[in-house]
Amino acid sequence: MKKTIAGTEIDVNEEGYLADATQWNEAIAAAIATEEGIGALTDAHMKVVIYLREQQAKGASLTIRSMGKSGVVTTKELYDLFPGGPLKKSSKIAGIPKPVGCI
Amino acid sequence: MSTPDDKQPVKKMSIIVSRGSLDGIYPALIMANGARMEGIEASLFFTFFGLNALANKTLDHLKVSTVGNAALNMAMPMLGLPITMPFPTVMGAIPGVSAFATHLMNKEMEKLAIPPVREFLELISDSGGKIFACKLAMDMFKLKKEDLMDRVDDVLTVGQFYEESAGVGTHILFT
Repeated sequence: MKKTIAGTEIDVNEEGYLADATQWNEAIAAAIATEEGIGALTDAHMKVVIYLREQQAKGASLTIRSMGKSGVVTTKELYDLFPGGPLKKSSKIAGIPKPVGCI
Repeated sequence: MSTPDDKQPVKKMSIIVSRGSLDGIYPALIMANGARMEGIEASLFFTFFGLNALANKTLDHLKVSTVGNAALNMAMPMLGLPITMPFPTVMGAIPGVSAFATHLMNKEMEKLAIPPVREFLELISDSGGKIFACKLAMDMFKLKKEDLMDRVDDVLTVGQFYEESAGVGTHILFT
C-alpha cells in the first residue's frame, strides 16, 4: 500500500507501519507522530526512536521490558512520551514493524 | 485500528487474582501488562491466596501447583514429554517436585522474556497499572500493608474495588 507522508510516497501496511524501514526519515517520523496524537517530537522521543531502529536493524526482539532495561528510557518515561500504546506508537514513528510480542 | 460504532473499545481491565500458585498468578500479570501496552487502563485486585503475589515473604518463591492440578501434564513443566501424558498427582506430592517443575517453568519463561513476579509487578506499576490488595483477605491472613511489596497502591474493600472499576468500557475479570 502506498501512502504520501511528509510529501514522500512511502510503502506502508494496512495499519500504517512502514513496509521498508530504509524509506524512513525524520520528517516522516514527525508526520506519523502528529497523526498518532503524540505531537512534536522532542530529543527524548528521538532517542527512543533511534534506539528502536538500531535494535530492529540488529534483529533484536523489542519488548516493554527490554526498553525499560535499555538505559535509554525508563518504563515510566516511555509511557509518558508515547501515551496510548508506547511500544506500538514508538515503533510506528521509528518506521519499523509493529511489535508482535505479548510482554 | 478502526472501531466501528457497534464495537466499543475496552477502556479498562479490572482483574481479580484469587489464586496464589505461579500458574495462578502469571496469566493476570500478562493480561494487565498487555492492556497497558495497548493503552488500556489496568487494575489488579489480589484476594485470598492471590495475596501470595504481594507478600514480601512469599512473592519471590511462588510455585507451580503439582498436586490436584488435573490440567498439568508431562509437557507442561517442559519435561519434553507428550502433552497427552498426565502428570501424576502422587508424583506431584513428592517433596521437591513442585520446586523442580517451578524451576523448569521459570527457565522457560525467562527465555520468553517474561519477568519474575516482583519485576513484573514493578513493570505494571511503572506503566501506570494499579495494584490493590483485598482488605478482607488481608485481615484473614493477618497481613498488614507493610508486609506487602512497595508497589501496592492501596488496600481496598470489595465495595471500593467496584467503585474503582466504575466506567463505561471497564471489564472485570476473575482469575
